[in-house]
Amino acid sequence: MSAVTAPDTATTTGAGPDDLLDLADRVAGWARTGEELEVYVARGDETDIRAYDGEVESLTSATSAGIGIRVVIEHRLGFAWAGSLDPSVLEETLAEARDNATYATPDGHVQLATPDGVVAVPVDLWDEGLASVPTTEKVALALALEAQARGADPRIRQVDHADYGDASVEVALVSTTGIRSSSRKTSGYISVGVIAGEGDASQTGSGFSVDRGVAGLDLDRASSDAVTRAVRMLGAVKGPSGRSTVVFDRRVASTLLSVVSSALSGEAVAKGRSFFAGRIGELVGDPVLTLVDDPTDPRAYGAAAYDAEGLACRRNVLIDHGVLRAFLYDTVSASRAGATSTGSAVRGGFAGTPGPGCRALTLAPGPEGYDEDGVLAAVGEGLLVQSLTGVHSGVNPISGDFSVGAEGLMIRDGKLAEPVREITVASTLQRILQSVVAIGADVEWLPGIAAGQTLAVGDMQISGA
Amino acid sequence: MIDTPVLERVLGEALRHGGEFAEVFAEDRSTSSALLDDGRVEELSSGRERGAGIRVVSGDTTGFAHTADLSEAGLLRAAEAASAVARTGGGGTATVAVGPLRTGESTGRNARDGSAPLSLASKGDSLDLLRRADEAARSSDAAITQVQAGCGGSRRQVLIANSEGLYARDEQARTRFSVSCVASGDTGLQTGFETAARTLGFELFDEVSVEELAGIAARRALSKLSARPAPSGELPVVLAGGSGGILFHEACGHGLEADHIVKDASVYTGMVGQQVASPLVTLVDDGTVGSEWGTFAVDDEGRPAQRNVLIENGILTDYLWDYLRARQEGRLSSGNGRRQTYQHLPMVRMTNTFLLPGEEDADEIVAQTPKGVYVAKLGGGQVNTTTGDFVFGTTEAYLIEGGKITEPLRDANLIGNGPEILKRIDAVATDFGMTPGTCGKDGQSVPVGCGQATMRLTGVTIGGTAE
Repeated sequence: MSAVTAPDTATTTGAGPDDLLDLADRVAGWARTGEELEVYVARGDETDIRAYDGEVESLTSATSAGIGIRVVIEHRLGFAWAGSLDPSVLEETLAEARDNATYATPDGHVQLATPDGVVAVPVDLWDEGLASVPTTEKVALALALEAQARGADPRIRQVDHADYGDASVEVALVSTTGIRSSSRKTSGYISVGVIAGEGDASQTGSGFSVDRGVAGLDLDRASSDAVTRAVRMLGAVKGPSGRSTVVFDRRVASTLLSVVSSALSGEAVAKGRSFFAGRIGELVGDPVLTLVDDPTDPRAYGAAAYDAEGLACRRNVLIDHGVLRAFLYDTVSASRAGATSTGSAVRGGFAGTPGPGCRALTLAPGPEGYDEDGVLAAVGEGLLVQSLTGVHSGVNPISGDFSVGAEGLMIRDGKLAEPVREITVASTLQRILQSVVAIGADVEWLPGIAAGQTLAVGDMQISGA
Repeated sequence: MIDTPVLERVLGEALRHGGEFAEVFAEDRSTSSALLDDGRVEELSSGRERGAGIRVVSGDTTGFAHTADLSEAGLLRAAEAASAVARTGGGGTATVAVGPLRTGESTGRNARDGSAPLSLASKGDSLDLLRRADEAARSSDAAITQVQAGCGGSRRQVLIANSEGLYARDEQARTRFSVSCVASGDTGLQTGFETAARTLGFELFDEVSVEELAGIAARRALSKLSARPAPSGELPVVLAGGSGGILFHEACGHGLEADHIVKDASVYTGMVGQQVASPLVTLVDDGTVGSEWGTFAVDDEGRPAQRNVLIENGILTDYLWDYLRARQEGRLSSGNGRRQTYQHLPMVRMTNTFLLPGEEDADEIVAQTPKGVYVAKLGGGQVNTTTGDFVFGTTEAYLIEGGKITEPLRDANLIGNGPEILKRIDAVATDFGMTPGTCGKDGQSVPVGCGQATMRLTGVTIGGTAE
């Protein structure tokens, strides 16, 4: 079809988060004597558009809402959730949560968060304009992204996907222990995947751009990232085996930090599932390494005023000049460790329960202006990794064992040289932290829980030809 | 869930502005899980989700909307939103008749007897299982310092009706039990994991011993305390039976999904009839196998599950199809249209994917391998369907020296190229086994099964740290 017309999805559904707070208040008001209740209510709208070959392949528009209820009765926790805010569902969900609590083992550390006096730093995560962007404009963005990537280079054989997406989410959290918070946020993204070909060989590349709304989405950046990453891999052969310095580009470095972060969870530490356990105050990394989780930084993708238990988010220094300083806690894990919550509870929406986690990790940047080119020049010889595979199967944040598939380009004389593929990069997370040789100042807030910045690590084992 | 006249009116509304195909997918899902950690039952959780996804296909464009409101008004609103892509200006009416009903029950016998989903009804029983698993793992060795055990179940009722008159329902019960252990020693921490998962209710535990699962998880963690770093470089790999069907899922299953094929984004595009693997390879995807994790009666587009032979004696015979891709090629879906929930569009997915057993003796294959790696258990994997390059992680592996299994190895990823590896399988044994897994694609997760017999491959690079 040549043209797509779609209705404007800008109609608002319900009022602001105030009606969600009211709903949460009402359910929390059903608490019986002797029980504590926490009610988490969320509602969201989303649009997803996929373009293919000059047309709209799919257009999804949806509204969803749900509730998650935690009940604590005599130090026993029960949880239930429902994907609906229908009045008939609310009571049923509460009854189910109460029933679940009766089966849990009593545990003195089990409790809901109570206000701790820390004042939330307001962060504005809501793009007022998003709701009034007509669907036709969003469709046009997806089509333009596809066309631009397809036409960017004669070697681009196929655009596998070109997507536009946006979402708005409103959340309210009320507990009988004095927590009452609400927040809302919008997000927009574009993402494109291309296949470059030359002869029989094909290589893939992807690019994206994220923003709180539509205005800041960078079509040129998404397209050129995808095209460059695919085209420069053409002609790649299996790389050589040996020990080498590895430079992780910004996207890959962000993935690495995310993996390391699970070992910094106070819960993992308390339960003997972290290689960092018992090492506070020790040198766990190169002195160049300072790692901070700061969700109050509004530029961070994971920025938030309140954590998933309704406490104020705050800046936490985890590793300071190589010395392990702190773990991240929610209320229960803090109690277990004899500490206080660091405002670090996260949860996967209304169907999940809170646990400690990072939202906005960064490394203290290297010298100003130190970007990928600067790091490559400093490293001289090595391997630039532009993408990793098998991270979920090849990195173990408990033992620290690290072995992942990689593709990228060799570094010679401080510059990018020939492309290599089908290799693995191996070490341990412990050794990686000790072997950091350079950190870029090129901080970029990528989607996820960690910023991207070029990171060079020495003495890694490459397995290839 | 929804009356037939309502379905017909909703489908009619979906096509009122044009379009060639409309579909209502309604789902009512209940889940429950219990988690034992650190010696305590920490959390029981239950959830309920109901809703419908409506799609309208017009030309090559699909419009999709979903709603948690199953009233006629709610469904009509979603139909209106989904039909937006087909709006070519004109109004008009569309009349749709659905039926007769096609039903399936991909559930265990207890569920068929009409009892409540057992994992939901038997919270007390599941706690007993968790405690037994915890005790079994801890008592196996003092070096086991942490145990987490989880028991989860879901019941999913689905209803699919479309403008071609299809009307199908299915009820799917699934139950899963997993144990993960941490062992501590002078060399640090190591982990072991084992899981059992079937398309069954609580009767899963008539077939599965939680003590045995716990023992396996503990053994995996313990054996790695004394493990040496895995080698680095290319070595023959012997996969134990049932240890690594994920290899075929990753190395070639994804590349045979028709959505990749029609976009020319797979190494297997245009290769039907060609030799793509060793003659020892016959690869099957079959959604009808017993109570395996990827089994169902009808797929999420209402097609009955079926057995599809993808590669026969090394020759590529067919791809996997969903409704949309099959329609483009003027053929029928192969029963591989699946979606995570009503909030997702269906796409081509595997079910239970396995390599048929061969004729050799498993022990003999090891004995005939002078030097190599014996993989007793693979973890997850990942593939780039365009290049065929894949990785998969080992979670229990040993060195083979002089035809004998010797020292344990620390976890490492293996890397290879799917099309190349398939041609370099040089031995397949008789000892077939299946394992459950969760397959993620384009942000959607669905349960799948993987299977193979003991086999040897060459051309795989082991990504360890030993030089």
